[in-house]
Amino acid sequence: MSFLPYAIAAWICLVGLYGIVTSRNLIHLAVCLTVTQSSTYLLLLSIGYVRGGGPPIFAGVALGTTAVDPVVQALTLTDIVVSVTVIALILALALDVHHTSGTIDPDEMGELSG
Amino acid sequence: MSWMLPLPVVVPLLAAAVVVAGDRLLPGRLLDAVGIGAAASVCALGIALMLVSERGGAVQWFGGWRPHAGLAIGIAFVDDPFGAGMIALAGAIVCVALLYSLTYLTEAARLFDTLMLVCLGALCGFAVSGDLFNLFVWLELAGVAAYALTGFEMRDIGPLQGSVNFAITNTLGGYLVLTGLALTYARTGALNLAQIGRALAGHRPDGLVVVAFTLIAAGFLCKAAVVPFHFWLADAYAVAPAPVCAVFAGVMTDIGLLGVARVYWTAFSAAGLHIGGLLVVLGVVSALLGGTMAYLQRHLKRMLAYSVVCHIGIMLAGIGLLSPRGVAGAADMLLAHGLATAGLFLAVGVVVARLRSVDELHLHGRAAGMHALAVVWTLGALALVGVPYLGDYLGHAEIDAAANAAGRAWAPPFLWIAGALASAALLRAGARIFLGAGRRHDPLLSPEMKETPPRRGTRTRPLLAGSGLLVGLAALVSVVPGLASRSEYGGERLVGRAAYAAHVLDGVPVARVPRLPFSLEAGSGESVLYGLGATFLAALLAWIGLYRPLRIPVGGLKALHSGVVGDYVMWVVVGTALLGGVWAVTMR
Repeated sequence: MSFLPYAIAAWICLVGLYGIVTSRNLIHLAVCLTVTQSSTYLLLLSIGYVRGGGPPIFAGVALGTTAVDPVVQALTLTDIVVSVTVIALILALALDVHHTSGTIDPDEMGELSG
Repeated sequence: MSWMLPLPVVVPLLAAAVVVAGDRLLPGRLLDAVGIGAAASVCALGIALMLVSERGGAVQWFGGWRPHAGLAIGIAFVDDPFGAGMIALAGAIVCVALLYSLTYLTEAARLFDTLMLVCLGALCGFAVSGDLFNLFVWLELAGVAAYALTGFEMRDIGPLQGSVNFAITNTLGGYLVLTGLALTYARTGALNLAQIGRALAGHRPDGLVVVAFTLIAAGFLCKAAVVPFHFWLADAYAVAPAPVCAVFAGVMTDIGLLGVARVYWTAFSAAGLHIGGLLVVLGVVSALLGGTMAYLQRHLKRMLAYSVVCHIGIMLAGIGLLSPRGVAGAADMLLAHGLATAGLFLAVGVVVARLRSVDELHLHGRAAGMHALAVVWTLGALALVGVPYLGDYLGHAEIDAAANAAGRAWAPPFLWIAGALASAALLRAGARIFLGAGRRHDPLLSPEMKETPPRRGTRTRPLLAGSGLLVGLAALVSVVPGLASRSEYGGERLVGRAAYAAHVLDGVPVARVPRLPFSLEAGSGESVLYGLGATFLAALLAWIGLYRPLRIPVGGLKALHSGVVGDYVMWVVVGTALLGGVWAVTMR
């Protein structure tokens, strides 16, 4: 297994972070958060990858057949479920921000500081 | 007794489901009772689990997937004194907060109770989880409920902004934990904390282990709001309704510290990382910055929020001393600070309900008739500063002793000064609001912010009772007979990696403890002196704030807390890089 998937995971993570830091739009910001999050999927799946391994379904397969690690796939699924909730909440908040203040630019909300 | 372990999670989550499903079907009073009863029973279960943890301990393997030859496939809940204590504290504070919200909030109360119960269940799961991935899941679940609770009063832009900042920074913290745990799994092939500890033991620490622990620690420190991950906290706490703030400040912030301590001692202490020095420094910096920022606030909830940052810093320094005594000090402080701060937030709720403002300068002299509340407020402020034998004192004294033993005697004076700064702000605000003392203007303080008061005509007597109860309990923490010896025992249990692993993986019951004495610890003369000095300093600073407003340039410090989420995320990245850099350099 080459180091490439890990490098790409790190790159996706940093791109997402750059997007969050510079974002001027809450919807865009939420999307950047999902970008950062997708780096964790890639990282988890690369960790569990086995060269030549099949899917980790063992019904009707000879004992000892190589398969990829099912644990990281379970982790990825849980991660997706958990994060979808968070993103849904953030998008709902963004909608409310738009209703109350007419803007979705985090720099212009300006109520809290100091 | 292992059947008891899942109950603190199951009971509130089931109750939350019943409260949602029963809305409009069952009478409202019954649903209120279900929620409050669930929280109270969680508190009782926490106390029972604490007793069990001293008498052999308990491990629950879900679905009966027990470990085989030290290899864990299943997921475990592990009972230990601190985890159980956290459950008891969380149950108690949520119970009081739900009772409080009966009068404080009226609209959409069902949804509120549900979110509180989900948050409680998740916090309890976090406190006893013995599995790294489960820690992440509980953390996120508690987080989602908390983000929704923060923006619960969605009539203003303020709560929304606070909620957005909170949600984004903490979700990012969650992803850091997840990345770190993925790397840990890649190295050790394990998610069970005890098994990770065994796999890491005996190897020299390398880059991967440092990066993995850095990411996990940074994620938990985001939750715990340690400098420079703390920016979201003041925004979130300033806008959340008072009973929500009580739960956040009382248990939710502190749970991040428990996470760092648990993951370090059960798993990563085996790898020989030198994390203590940096944690103490970060703790001292957080304490001083939190105390200073608290002193610069006029918004009462924001002031209390920075006081939380200050005390979290003190507790982190205690943990960073890496000794059972230091952890015990942090735990005792957690108890006193959690109860006192929760009580003070509830007291602010009383002020909002009666006077419809949380602004120190606006409220100048307007609460002159509220004597009982004035007493509660002052007692809370004094409990937080750690007047000898009151409130935080026991925790401070134990951290002092641990710092001296660890050769870091330079740290305690800073920690006491920081606590004094935060309490000075509270005393100053109390004197202005209840006595009408001091000037009406102070250019040093941050500008005014809006606050959403509850509907008019709210009865404040029950609110005052809740606030007084928590503050009163907090004040007594230092004189509970036997608490010091029990928390030190808890510290030894948390720190003892080999015993933990044998208990979890090999099913070795925990050695029975000899009966712990019910004695009162007499703090060292040094701690008493520090306590008196800090009290004097707090009073002096409060007086200066009232009558001789300082003219010091603090614009830069305030400008850092900009309220813009992008800046906060930048600081999270900087902080993570800092942790990783320092730990990588000091690795060998």
